[in-house]
Amino acid sequence: MSITIEPTVRVETRRQPIPPRERLEPIFEVEGLDAIYGAKAAIKDVSMEVYKNLVTAIIGPSGCGKSTYIRCFNRMNDLIPTFRQTGTIRYHGQDICASNIDPVAVRRNIGMVFQRPNPFPKSIYDNVAWGCRVLGMKEDLDARVERALTQAALWDEVKDRLKASGLSLSGGQQQRLCIARAIAVEPDVVLMDEPASALDPIATQAIEQLMHQLKSQYTFVIVTHNMQQAARVADMTAFFSISQGGEGERYGELIEYDATEKIFTAPSDKRTEDYVTGRFG
Amino acid sequence: MSTQDLTGPGLRLDHLPRRKRVNRTMEGLAWLAAAIAIAILGVVVYSVGQRGWSELNLNLITKQPINFSLTNAPQGLSNAFAGTIVIVGIAMLMALPAGILVAVYVNEFAPAPIRSVITLVIDVLAGVPAIVIGIFVFVLLVVGSGQSGLKGSFSLAILMLPFVARTTIEVLALVPNALREASLALGVPRWRTTLSIVLPRAIGGILTGTVLAVARVAGETAPLLFTSSVVGVQTDWNPAHALQTIPVAIFELSESPDPKDHARAWAAGFVLLIFILFASLTARWLATRNARKLAGR
Repeated sequence: MSITIEPTVRVETRRQPIPPRERLEPIFEVEGLDAIYGAKAAIKDVSMEVYKNLVTAIIGPSGCGKSTYIRCFNRMNDLIPTFRQTGTIRYHGQDICASNIDPVAVRRNIGMVFQRPNPFPKSIYDNVAWGCRVLGMKEDLDARVERALTQAALWDEVKDRLKASGLSLSGGQQQRLCIARAIAVEPDVVLMDEPASALDPIATQAIEQLMHQLKSQYTFVIVTHNMQQAARVADMTAFFSISQGGEGERYGELIEYDATEKIFTAPSDKRTEDYVTGRFG
Repeated sequence: MSTQDLTGPGLRLDHLPRRKRVNRTMEGLAWLAAAIAIAILGVVVYSVGQRGWSELNLNLITKQPINFSLTNAPQGLSNAFAGTIVIVGIAMLMALPAGILVAVYVNEFAPAPIRSVITLVIDVLAGVPAIVIGIFVFVLLVVGSGQSGLKGSFSLAILMLPFVARTTIEVLALVPNALREASLALGVPRWRTTLSIVLPRAIGGILTGTVLAVARVAGETAPLLFTSSVVGVQTDWNPAHALQTIPVAIFELSESPDPKDHARAWAAGFVLLIFILFASLTARWLATRNARKLAGR
């Protein structure tokens, strides 16, 4: 007797179809990327392209290197002393992993929102304005702050208390404040490392909606362990899994990368199918 | 209201009376230890205050001492108070920036092996006896050119440096990495992140450490005997001269044959004690205020 397992994730059908891949403009071209902590490889041989003005989701089980991978895009792993990587990530054709590239310049263009909300211990206004001020975007600061907070769907909730501490906000509001802070400095790409994992469903929905609204201006890469979220927000989805190498070595590997619809309805790899149908992970 | 033991079948009550007894004993011992600590402080403050009481008045800080006084003219230790303020103040100005910079380097920039070497050096420096620092500065700076308040400040600054650096390293390590990442991810350079995000967050702890270090060195005698002790009775604010200080004055007065000098030494000691008490209270207040501010209240 065979049991058919219904996919546990339904993909919204009213999303805009993605143009064929050759008409998409790649913003990142990853080639043969290995990320290594000390002697242990976290991810091995990842190659994929990230396309402009799309939302790209990275899904996979815990420990498959999703976060490590997304932090490669803005050289955030540089902060970890034992970390090194090989392979290339080209951003608009330029290898951002090269040693002569200043990570500060990379991060200036590629913003990031982290798993846990991490507002500065400053006022709500200063949380957004500080980055702009430091980076020399001083003209019309008030308008810029208002725009960023509006885009992050937070303006209406905080407009009367901009002087209050950013830490006085609720978790979901803090995360939207962090998003406002990231987009206020007008990055090209916004990386999101499980931005909703500490949030309730309503705050999660607010963040997903704003990604939909903002993707015409920005390119989003989002790490999530929540498949429903990937199915809701992402145009493209990359599935990572843990592979076993020789001598019991375990590392993360890119299994399949395709349009979200295809990943969730007709994956070409058995492991992807097992994961998205809930048989594993 | 007396507590009542649970009764009923199936309840685990083995050794309950014994466990209660042990608990009461341990609690009593902890209480006793705390009481002894407070009692010792109380006895010290009382006996110092009581012995210095006759000289504990405004003259102590406003009047100069009189050499070989045979009269009952009012005298005080204004020269020592002025000297301590100048010397400790300058020592703080030297040690605070240096200590903070060392800590910032260790915590924010240094690679791990260098970090552990510097931390070790700081710990060793913190353990060097004050008299050794004193004789070191004496040989380095005083021999050949004479004493000065500035040289006294320098020796006190060496004593303060490891304390300031150590506490600053500790409070910088408490600044969550998420804050550094948030700033760096905006494309803000490292130095700016340190200056505008990390240090403001740690400033309460840094000030607490500094106040405690100041309180500690304000009572140091040994290095000052070498570097700033050959002094007159004039109240002098010029750090280029050798300046009298409270600890050195206490030491010298205690060797005087005149009981009134002894009383003045006790009175000066009492003032020093009160100063340290207030410094500690200030440090605590700064720490709690900072914690409150960071919590967004």
